[in-house]
Amino acid sequence: MTAVAETTQTCSHLLGLEGLSARELNSILDQTEEFIPASLDAEKRRTDLKGKVVANLFFEPSTRTRISFGLAARRLGAETIDFSPSGSSLSKGESFIDTAKNLIALGVDAVVVRHSTPGTPHLLAKHINVPILNAGDGAHEHPTQGLLDVFTIRQVKGKVAGLTVALVGDIAHSRVARSNIHALITLGAKVIVCGPPTLVPKEVKQLGVEIDCDLDRVLPRCDVVNVLRIQFERQRSGLFPSIQEYFRLFGMTQERVKRSRPDMLLLAPGPINRGIELTPEVADGPNSAILKQVTNGLAVRMAVLYRLLLRKG
Amino acid sequence: MGTFVIRGGRVIDPSQGIDRVDDVWVKDQHIHSIGAGPGEKPAKIYDAQGKIVSPGLIDMHVHLREPGREEDETIATGARSAIAGGVTSVACMPNTEPAIDSQAAAEFVILQAKRAGYANVFPIGAISKGRDGKELAEIGGLVNGGAVAFTDDGSPVVSAEIMRRAMEYCKGFGKTVLSHPEDLDLTRGGVMNEGFESMRLGLRGMPAAAEEVMIFREIALAELTGARAHILHVSTRGGVDLIRQGKKRGVQISGEACPHHFTLTDKCLGTFDSNFKMAPPLRTQEDVEAILEGLRDNTLEVLATDHAPHSPEKKMREFDQAPNGIIGLETFLPICVQALIHTGILTWPQMIGKMTIEPAKVLGIDRGTLKPGAIADITLIDPEVKWVIDPTKFQSKSRNCPFAGWAVQGRAEMVFVAGEIKQEKSPLG
Repeated sequence: MTAVAETTQTCSHLLGLEGLSARELNSILDQTEEFIPASLDAEKRRTDLKGKVVANLFFEPSTRTRISFGLAARRLGAETIDFSPSGSSLSKGESFIDTAKNLIALGVDAVVVRHSTPGTPHLLAKHINVPILNAGDGAHEHPTQGLLDVFTIRQVKGKVAGLTVALVGDIAHSRVARSNIHALITLGAKVIVCGPPTLVPKEVKQLGVEIDCDLDRVLPRCDVVNVLRIQFERQRSGLFPSIQEYFRLFGMTQERVKRSRPDMLLLAPGPINRGIELTPEVADGPNSAILKQVTNGLAVRMAVLYRLLLRKG
Repeated sequence: MGTFVIRGGRVIDPSQGIDRVDDVWVKDQHIHSIGAGPGEKPAKIYDAQGKIVSPGLIDMHVHLREPGREEDETIATGARSAIAGGVTSVACMPNTEPAIDSQAAAEFVILQAKRAGYANVFPIGAISKGRDGKELAEIGGLVNGGAVAFTDDGSPVVSAEIMRRAMEYCKGFGKTVLSHPEDLDLTRGGVMNEGFESMRLGLRGMPAAAEEVMIFREIALAELTGARAHILHVSTRGGVDLIRQGKKRGVQISGEACPHHFTLTDKCLGTFDSNFKMAPPLRTQEDVEAILEGLRDNTLEVLATDHAPHSPEKKMREFDQAPNGIIGLETFLPICVQALIHTGILTWPQMIGKMTIEPAKVLGIDRGTLKPGAIADITLIDPEVKWVIDPTKFQSKSRNCPFAGWAVQGRAEMVFVAGEIKQEKSPLG
């Protein structure tokens, strides 16, 4: 089996989607299909990872991703450890690396890590000899989210190549945007990023995407619209004048859905700010695959855990 | 101590335009002559064949961390590290805890350096009390205490009015104001250069404009006041251009470049290694080329290291939380040789000038020369020796070096301070 991502001396990790080939991406997506039945039905749980221990290290709040990774590991028969910084020795001043090394000493076979600082999974991978899965590092990457978005697109549209996908909103602070861009471009989609210029770094163009700040001009061209959350926690102030103005310019409303193609697929990585990025009717409407994304996420995470933990040598 | 001679080396002294094979005679801690001796038998003869005999190198931009952060470096370990790099005089930045903002603080630095007995240490005083940019420090007292220049360093003076008054006031003492040019509003939260790489890595960027707007301000203020200003660690193409233009207008401005800014780029950040994290940050290849051109045409007359020690446990933290800065004293010479001499950008005399007489002029200190009567600070450089940079051999207390593993050529071997031999051969090989 091929490595899921970057290979260090002794083990493979999933640190990001940048640099993965189309063959590798497709291989993960194909394997995800195999895990759909077990992901949908607890009765069909598997035992592939029996005897393995997966540690979830979440240094930043998370609902979906943390639960999804935990469930994915258990549904494959692994044990899980949940770690969060409050109530741990980190609050006594223990360093991040020391904390992780201690967990490894307890016999952990893989580490799922989320952190507000980009590169933290990479730092762990330098010091620890078990597979590291990046569950989101600051504004850098969120590879399993990128995979589940692309998987959902492929599932609904039957393909990825040749589609036009818009990423709307806060591109600057979004790890979901980066992972999506890398995977979509590699798989042959056209990507348009759309948001206020203060939230769309001009350099993003060099990744091969188009920048257009007028959502109403972009929408009729799109097969898929992925609405990103405003990352209030990562922003400095003053990047746009008001939430009201943001909603007027970039909010997904029923009117905007009407102006889109009838079969437009609407994605949102969540958590969503209802009334800011999209209205409740749109979130719950027929174009939306938001909940499908969540269920697909479980299968994706089962697939990557399986690949990383059962890869020999 | 008496009389000794350093025999048969290639003597390079840019302060006198000397570059020839000759003997350097030292008598009673001072340079006696180059060529004919004082007519007495030398107590000792040092063979310098195949070596370059240079005035002791000066690094006018180092952080020694004492007082306050002795876990990273002390005046003694920093001064020892300097000697290992062939640097006989350092000027140390005032961002200690407490800051060097009083006569007593400056005198403490000099006292500790004397106790250590390695390189000369010249304190740089703070512009403002506590380096908070609000009120001028007692600059007269600092001058009495031995301060040779003034800066608030990494906490640049935000108020243009205070900077203007600092320049005027320092001018009265014949002292230069040193500027760390950074608009703190534009760099807030930034951890690397702003550009394609920061976008790709999701790390917050510091735009080149943050440096350029401040360089522009300092030049305008130096022009207004007629004071002497020195721009520390220029890292941007725009910054080099501004200094070049300022000099053309006759503004008394000098510029400095650090080895990492003309050998590394922001592409190095791709591995999230905090040994590539500093302020100003590593920029782009375009900026590297502009700095090299600035060194070549002497827009940037000074080479310095911005030696900034941090203990390994601090640098090992998550990237956002790791402190800015890298050490540089012990890699100064070989990295400059590789980037400037081997590429033909500078000749040996040009490069040594930027490490001796030019910083001496900015600081107004009587070092960096082999003129008869000068204090005998001398560095013997082996320009041929090939070696691999190994931070575990450093004399510095810290190891935050981005050049580990580099195969380089050239090294300081024998080092004299005031006629006293401080190092017979390099500990780095």
